[in-house]
Amino acid sequence: MPRQFFKFNGGVMPADHKAASTSLPIAEFAALASLPGELVIPLQQGNGGSLRALVEAGTQVLKGQRIGVGYDDTGTAVHASTSGLVKAVEMRRMPHPSGLSALCVVIAPDGEERWITRTPFDYRRAGLAATRDYLRDAGVLVGGDFGATGQLATLVINGAESEPRITCDDMLMRERADGVIQGIAILREVLRASEVLIGIEDNQPEAIAAMRAALAKRGAENTQVAAVPACYPTGNARLLIRVLTGIEVPHSRRFADYGVECFDTSTAYAIYQAITLGQPMVSRIVTVAGNVERPRNIEAPLGVPLRALLALCGPQADTNRVIMGGPMMGMTMPGDEVPVVKTTHCVLAGSPALFPPPPPEMPCIRCGDCARACPADLQPFELYSFARARQFGKAQEYHLFDCIECGCCTYVCPSKIPLVDYYRFAKSEILARQRDQEFADAARERYQFRLLRAEREKQEKAARLATKAAAAHAPTAEDAKDAKDTKKALIAAAIARARQQKEQVTPANIDALTPEQRAEIAKIEARREALQSSAKTAPPQDE
Amino acid sequence: MSNHAPYIRQPASVRSIMLKVLAALLPGIAAYVWWFGAGVLVQIALASAAALAGEAAMLALRRKPLWLFLGDGSALVTAWLIALCFPADGPWWLVVAAALFAIVAVKHFFGGLGRNAFNPAMAAYCLMLVVTPQWMSESQSPVAGQEWQWVALGYLLGGLWLIRQRVITWHIPTAFLVALTAIAGGFHVFNPAAYAGVEFYLLSNSAMLGAFFIATDPVTGATTPRGKLFYAGGIAVLTWSIREFDIYPDGIALATLLMNSCAPLIDRCTQPPVFGNKIEPPAA
Ligand code: SF4
Ligand code: SF4
Repeated sequence: MPRQFFKFNGGVMPADHKAASTSLPIAEFAALASLPGELVIPLQQGNGGSLRALVEAGTQVLKGQRIGVGYDDTGTAVHASTSGLVKAVEMRRMPHPSGLSALCVVIAPDGEERWITRTPFDYRRAGLAATRDYLRDAGVLVGGDFGATGQLATLVINGAESEPRITCDDMLMRERADGVIQGIAILREVLRASEVLIGIEDNQPEAIAAMRAALAKRGAENTQVAAVPACYPTGNARLLIRVLTGIEVPHSRRFADYGVECFDTSTAYAIYQAITLGQPMVSRIVTVAGNVERPRNIEAPLGVPLRALLALCGPQADTNRVIMGGPMMGMTMPGDEVPVVKTTHCVLAGSPALFPPPPPEMPCIRCGDCARACPADLQPFELYSFARARQFGKAQEYHLFDCIECGCCTYVCPSKIPLVDYYRFAKSEILARQRDQEFADAARERYQFRLLRAEREKQEKAARLATKAAAAHAPTAEDAKDAKDTKKALIAAAIARARQQKEQVTPANIDALTPEQRAEIAKIEARREALQSSAKTAPPQDE
Repeated sequence: MSNHAPYIRQPASVRSIMLKVLAALLPGIAAYVWWFGAGVLVQIALASAAALAGEAAMLALRRKPLWLFLGDGSALVTAWLIALCFPADGPWWLVVAAALFAIVAVKHFFGGLGRNAFNPAMAAYCLMLVVTPQWMSESQSPVAGQEWQWVALGYLLGGLWLIRQRVITWHIPTAFLVALTAIAGGFHVFNPAAYAGVEFYLLSNSAMLGAFFIATDPVTGATTPRGKLFYAGGIAVLTWSIREFDIYPDGIALATLLMNSCAPLIDRCTQPPVFGNKIEPPAA
């Protein structure tokens, strides 16, 4: 059953270095070392929204106990990743280049790993809405509009781990294919998908074989493992959907509008754990690689500091930075004490030898290599010149916000221009301006409201005077003046109302952004600070 | 220094690209030397020396990192193209003046590497055509002839190699040669007495040099795939018309400059659709 694949333009093929971290099996953190003195669990995991703490300093928690939930019904819960005592609920540094802090639950493990009672969930009886709520409460990141759009034509499972050095999904599929397949079967049933396509890059033959074997054993119908051609960034959901189904979902639209959905293999596995085993998300598999002696995959409890993970793999002496994510899109961490969170799939130790500082930046020669490498079909060099000249309107016209920040353009640029840095900078500037605009609008509204209230008070006073006067005696000249005042006040108030309505028309902005875009933007936004400092050193130096 | 992803870079650099362009010129130069003697090598050496000197002086004046930019090879490409376009038996100062003008005025007055709006070599050629027409006249200018066909073949080989190396794409050379063949062939069939045949154009060395090395200058040309087709087609048509109707023996230089000035507009009008916008999306 050879499948026809579809192509996207661009993409690059850097050396994948994946063999390094696949020679050792996945290890449980606890099997290699005892837990560190404290686990730090941000009340912020997932799509950026902050969570409400359910515990306070001094609370005794069990492994898997919910410790944070959303303020509304969209926030994905977080759980204690081990049993122990809550030491504090306080601000700690986030695993984010900005180095910003957020509220975290700090747990001192008691070393006993006592679980809550784990009961499987009967998703068949519960139905879609209840299953969605259950998964949210079990801490599985499935997205707010999970199953919100009825039947699906194709459910895409993303096992195309295209970024170099990252192998956590690869190893997950090799070793735990059965669980992944069961998770996929649940997804398929809940989302009523007619077809399931599991996309795995063809440079992961072991994972493909393991998944095919598990699939054959479980006998899931209309489910296929597709070995897609290895090419970065096929692991991007939008691009994988394109490769497998031929559908191009524009950046401004949701997958579900096109009858497709995409979930990672690790999400499928987390769903299996949550529903079949009744086990909320308290750990994840993390690739530890780069400048370490024994690169491997470790199943790490959430909240473990990155340094503890690195220590298990023998970091080399010249390590000068810790990167969360891969070499193409990973973020340099503000320190190595920041914790593993649900989206941590890889921790790289960096060294000047491994990731040397790029050669000096040269001017753009408009060679177009970046445009040929861009999977979003943008013209990166045009975006660059607009961003550099701070022509942000122009940059948006050239689809700045369609950029997925994959880094392909920077990777190929012969002039060694850090193009993506410019796009992040431009995006955050635009969003900051938009926010300022909104702030100004709000301020003006408040001012208008105050004026209006003053008018109303005046008017009420006049009315009061008028009635009092009318009750007391027959109309006099003075009363007539009062009545005129009242009328004047009424008219003034009406004018003020009309003016206010006119000014309330919101200015044109980067509107029509979907929630995912907003979430993405929020993520980018948080990088802002770090970027601005870099913008001072890297970008514009025109004479 | 960038602190952000991606942390890895492909090895290609401006320098490696320019060196490949120079290497691709070698077969053509070899044929040139074989048929016409080593004179052209002297011209190349003179032009290179002048271009490098001009570049160094301007970099020093503009306080730019000298070795970084001097080593990028772009001045050498300009110099070699000048030497190859100019009459091989011209006086020594001709290429020197042209190379200096190209680097100092056309390149650096516009802001240096990557900023110049016009192709430096072609701008210098046009200037010399105006200032010293006696030295640039047809009798001395390289034109079609049995020997020149070998030189053209050399450029063709080098150009094809550049496409294989992904230094240039097929769009510009193809559009240039196809458009030139179409217009020249069309008019020749229509009136063979008045219009030269296709071979006259295609087999002249300047057509091949133009198709693969001059029109393909990325800095001054169109960059989108569709834009490149229009751009190169435009150069071909203008080259033909200038050659056919004007006093200038070699229309490529002027045609290139004219199209250079249209390149930004062409780019703007030929932006390819972005991902997901190639077909009408279904209703929400
Ligand atoms: S790859 Fe670099 S030099 Fe080439 S066009 Fe893009 S930004 Fe300019
Ligand atoms: S980072 Fe943006 S502009 Fe660059 S290749 Fe990726 S999508 Fe295109």
